[in-house]
Amino acid sequence: MRFILRRLGFLLLSLWAAATINFVLPRLMPGNPAILMIGRFKGQISPQALHALELQFGVTHTPLWSQYLTYLNNLVHGQWGLSLTYYPVPVSKIIAESLPWTVGLVGVATVLSVFIGVMMGIWTAWHRGGKWDAILPTVSTFTAALPYFWLALILLYLLGYLWHWFPMAHAYSSSLTPSWSFAFISNMLYHAILPALTIIISSIGGWLLGMRNNMVQTLGEDYVLFGEARGLKSNRLMFQYAARNAILPSMTGFAMAIGFVVGGALLTEVVFSYPGLGYQLLAAVQNEDYPLMQGLFLIIAFSVLVANFLVELLYGKLDPRTRGGASH
Amino acid sequence: MSQAAHNDPQPPVIMTPPHRSSRWKEWSGIIKRDKRPLVGIIILLIFILGAIFAPWLTPYSPSSTEFTPLAAPSWHHWLGTTSSGQDVWAQFLYGGRISLSVGFFAGFIATALAVILGMLPAYLGGWIDTVMATFTNIMLVIPGLPLLIVITAYVHQTGPVTIALVIGLTGWAWGARILRAQTLSLARRDFVIAARLAGETQWRVLIGEILPNMLSLVVANLVFATIAAILAEASLEFLGLGNPTVITWGTMLYWADAGQALLNGAWWWIVPPGLAIALVGLSLSLINFGVDQVSNPRLRLNKVKVPKSRKGASS
Repeated sequence: MRFILRRLGFLLLSLWAAATINFVLPRLMPGNPAILMIGRFKGQISPQALHALELQFGVTHTPLWSQYLTYLNNLVHGQWGLSLTYYPVPVSKIIAESLPWTVGLVGVATVLSVFIGVMMGIWTAWHRGGKWDAILPTVSTFTAALPYFWLALILLYLLGYLWHWFPMAHAYSSSLTPSWSFAFISNMLYHAILPALTIIISSIGGWLLGMRNNMVQTLGEDYVLFGEARGLKSNRLMFQYAARNAILPSMTGFAMAIGFVVGGALLTEVVFSYPGLGYQLLAAVQNEDYPLMQGLFLIIAFSVLVANFLVELLYGKLDPRTRGGASH
Repeated sequence: MSQAAHNDPQPPVIMTPPHRSSRWKEWSGIIKRDKRPLVGIIILLIFILGAIFAPWLTPYSPSSTEFTPLAAPSWHHWLGTTSSGQDVWAQFLYGGRISLSVGFFAGFIATALAVILGMLPAYLGGWIDTVMATFTNIMLVIPGLPLLIVITAYVHQTGPVTIALVIGLTGWAWGARILRAQTLSLARRDFVIAARLAGETQWRVLIGEILPNMLSLVVANLVFATIAAILAEASLEFLGLGNPTVITWGTMLYWADAGQALLNGAWWWIVPPGLAIALVGLSLSLINFGVDQVSNPRLRLNKVKVPKSRKGASS
């Protein structure tokens, strides 16, 4: 219980930090960049919206602390401002539309990538010094260094443009309307294959290498040797004894890994014109739509932080040592 | 407790030369067993030399637009031309200059910050350490690329130097966390306690005793941070958030995407810059395999064939 409370405390603290970064950044920049933006939109949007923008980005004479409190208060109450590109659509509505695409894509691709990568890591460590142990870590070192967007471009060129195996862009065919029908879902999955493949290929190497190295360490431990001396089946030894312990350090690296994957997924979305958060974020940046940009950054950070929190809870379940305290 | 210190009659100043030569031996031993770091060094050197000697390797200027647009690779244009008639090979060589410099510069800043922000609070302890550790953990979980995108969106006119600074200033958290853990563990070792009992100042203990024992971790961090920085720089420039008139591997891909290289079948425009980024990343990772083996002997390869390969782990 104390463990969960501590993790929850950290989650709230980091959420607050992400929100504060958002508040501070435009005010920190020399010659508040929001002034230019507001100047551009003068006359195009209602005076109230203009005034709200001025408050949101610090183009006002109210003291900083009161701006900050207003900002936090609006945030908590879901008032994230109006998008300028899609004026007068609220930022929260655009986020609600694009979030599921990104969460679905990144979620499925990450689960697959972690699972396959960890399994391959276990396997190469078990057959240490063998042929695949020479090939797989080297190959995954290379794939881990591939820029996401470049891999996306190459896959798009080969599998989309040259061979016509997969669609070139978007999340579903423009002739279809979103519904829970088989036709739509299969079309959606078909469109998701290339972006997901990009994310899996780019991120799998890290999991493989990390798991292999941890596994090699664990296999050197005495209890594994003892288990072997007792004549345990190798499957049991491999998974129940070694892999179970070796996977723990991999999970502590999850925090950084998920940040990288999300960053990469944003780029992948841009290449495939996939209507998720990354695609919207770039559009917002290009249109200097700061309210939308801020909202998207916040929701991306929030999603990563929450994903991290869930993994930490899982980690605590797997490794009683991290829970600490007098709970047991 | 401090037995090791008592049995060691040599003062640290005299100990340095043999220590250094043993480290060199360790390295050559690793390279003898494992060729990967050597391959990495060679690949990296090829790219660095290509960038330095660009004017000797191509007769063309990277920004000249005088050639036939979208020409396929030929004897005159080894990697073809872009849609605005620039020579891709020339861009590739000159682009490496800025991409590599930005990568190493940003990697260096991130590592320097990681050393300072990771080691110092951990050694001092107390509330500074608690605050810094929390701050590091927060920086670690806030996704890097979206943060970079937002920052560069506010900073208009982002040149390579700005991009390097922004990447370096935001990319230190992972290293700081690892170096903090290592500092905490080293600070409790006998030789550090001995040095403190011998009356060394805190600074000397930190720089003379603890830092040398974490050098391989620091180097590993530098390598890792540089890979991340090169990727981040390319990503930002691909998105058009850098200065598109500066020729780098990232802006080449930006123009290739903007110039519809894909739909024109101009693979020669897309493949080289991305491959260069991936190969530089690969070379640095290969070098890191060697650095890792210095800090973690269990990862070392050994030539001895063991029937059940797993047993090799215990050597």
